[in-house]
Amino acid sequence: MNALLFNSTLVIYAVVTAVYLIYLLKPKESLGKTGLWLALAGFLVHCGFTLNRFLEAGHTPITNLHESLSFFSLSVVGIFLLLERRYKISILGSFMMPLALLIMAISASFSTVIPPLNPALKSRWLAVHTIMAFLGYAAFAISFGVSIMYLIQSHFLKTRKLGSMFQKLPSLDILDDISYRCLTFGFPLLTFAIISGAIWAETAWGTYWSWDPKETWSLITWFIYAALLHGRLTTGWRGRKAAMLSIFGFVIMLFTFLGVNLLLPGLHSYK
Amino acid sequence: MNIIVVGLSHKTAGVEVREKVAFSPTQMEKPLNALVALPDITEAVIVSTCNRVEIYATTRDVAGGMARLKRFLADYHNFPLETLEKHLYSYHGEEATRHVFRVASSLDSMVVGEPQILGQIKTSYGYAAEFKSSGIILNRFLHKAFSVAKRVRTETKIASSAVSVAFAAVELAKKIFGELSDKTVLLIGAGEMCELAAKHFINVGVRGVMVTNRTYERAEKLAEEFDAKPVHFEALMDHLPKADIILSSTGAPHFIIHEKDMEDVLRRRKLKPMFFIDIAVPRDIDPKVNDVENCYLYTVDDLNGVVATNLEQRKVEAAKAEAIVEQEIGQFFKWLSSLDVTPTIVALRSHFDEIRKAELAKTLSNWKDLPPGADKKMDALTNAIMNKLLHHPTSLLKRTDQGSRNDLYVDALRHLFDLETPEQQENMMELED
Repeated sequence: MNALLFNSTLVIYAVVTAVYLIYLLKPKESLGKTGLWLALAGFLVHCGFTLNRFLEAGHTPITNLHESLSFFSLSVVGIFLLLERRYKISILGSFMMPLALLIMAISASFSTVIPPLNPALKSRWLAVHTIMAFLGYAAFAISFGVSIMYLIQSHFLKTRKLGSMFQKLPSLDILDDISYRCLTFGFPLLTFAIISGAIWAETAWGTYWSWDPKETWSLITWFIYAALLHGRLTTGWRGRKAAMLSIFGFVIMLFTFLGVNLLLPGLHSYK
Repeated sequence: MNIIVVGLSHKTAGVEVREKVAFSPTQMEKPLNALVALPDITEAVIVSTCNRVEIYATTRDVAGGMARLKRFLADYHNFPLETLEKHLYSYHGEEATRHVFRVASSLDSMVVGEPQILGQIKTSYGYAAEFKSSGIILNRFLHKAFSVAKRVRTETKIASSAVSVAFAAVELAKKIFGELSDKTVLLIGAGEMCELAAKHFINVGVRGVMVTNRTYERAEKLAEEFDAKPVHFEALMDHLPKADIILSSTGAPHFIIHEKDMEDVLRRRKLKPMFFIDIAVPRDIDPKVNDVENCYLYTVDDLNGVVATNLEQRKVEAAKAEAIVEQEIGQFFKWLSSLDVTPTIVALRSHFDEIRKAELAKTLSNWKDLPPGADKKMDALTNAIMNKLLHHPTSLLKRTDQGSRNDLYVDALRHLFDLETPEQQENMMELED
């Protein structure tokens, strides 16, 4: 059942991605709608998978890379669907769904069996800490995608390449706005994830902060996004600069998430 | 009944000819009445715009009808027919239908896809309807033309892109700013194109307009026209940060906005994007401004390039529109041919005869102890009744001298007796919008 739901999600996301990529290249408006409905279907199956996993495992299914990548992808699709509902910009899907698919594909490459729960993770903080962290990550991922769209659209405008993709992309202001909103949504989540992690660390390991690689890199990520938001509020960092910083922040965030787990040994190396 | 079209347009005649044969919209009653009073002409509609003058009419005699329309155009305007004739085109049947559908869909316009022509034809039709010069065929014909135009507009992107420099500027601004309702336009200098662009921005609804000019009085004068705020030219750099969209066309021989100033300007507006439109020749704005982050500079050449691309795009869309027109011509002709008298009479007779025979058979089969030969007599009796009933309508229809009323009767008969019409009667009574 688990595998069936997971694989169905993967297949649906692959189809959605294909639909959205064709939409990107072909002047066919109806494909955007098709993609949206398929994405919604995929999201529901994905929710089903997550719920099923939760019931089978008996705890929040975000304890190893397979599970957390899947939840990451689920959050990206969820936020994308909310944004699409609010802004009605089909082309968002052409950038978000490939990302969601990629994350799911990486998730699929890790072991899918449900391992016995690491005793250190047996805590009510597990749900709070991980869900907030991954929702935050997802918001940053969306901001990343939208920032890429911003750079492309800005490039089109500067170089006068006003083709059909230019027509489909929304205005710079809207892209800037979505990216900023995602950051203001993701940043508090990241903050609380770090705080809740510290509190949990105190109960589990006896110390609030032990400069474990994950902790260090989370802090670096936090500082980058804090700087970005601060810069926007004071001197008005926006447009291209903000977009590039958001992309940079996402790359660092990915390292915090994946790089630390896979490359740097530490307390957080759950695989 | 045939539909004929006679007229001239920007493609066949210069303005010096078009203006001579144009009809005044305030005096349409006289020419319309004169047209339907002509022998052979049963219905007529006059379309007269600055780019075309056309008469749509119905006639039984195509060649004669066309000749009369041509003569009418010349005589009515006291214009020598010999001179006029070489500018005139005339169509009948399918060609006439295609022509009018294309005109209504703005495929024959000077700027393909421009939206005014449909409204102009609707107004022209309005006069014809008011003065009762159009009848069942032209009513149906023009309604069909309107619905074709509507289909073309909704199913193709023929009118969706800007084909004027001023509109292109507005479209680009929307791609940078999205909403323009909280944006401010700064107009530097004066010039026809610049003012036109400013008007377009005001029409789509910007928050405010500032105007500056080397001579402050001119700025004040222009500001009054646009309901804008005049600004001293010397204070340009102080006001620049407040402007999102800058339209510039001064006669200055050198740049008036430099790249080096932009850093300060952008800092003062918290890096919010700026859209510069430089219409001046020689240019007012250093092209390097386009390289500054969050600054987008378009010159008149760039905008012309956008317009040219959009025009190309319209050509592609026009091909789709032509296909729609072809499809609709077929449909309309099915209806038109159903108005022919002879097949209608045949259909009506066979409809009656079928009922008669069916009822007769029913009665006879239930009738026991039928006297010999009675069935023959019954048959003759019912046949005689049917013929008597049909005699008057049939002979009336066969009289060809009653003009458009005939089509009305035929159409009514087809409806009243549900005679198979070649197509489903789609309701095209949509004059609104």
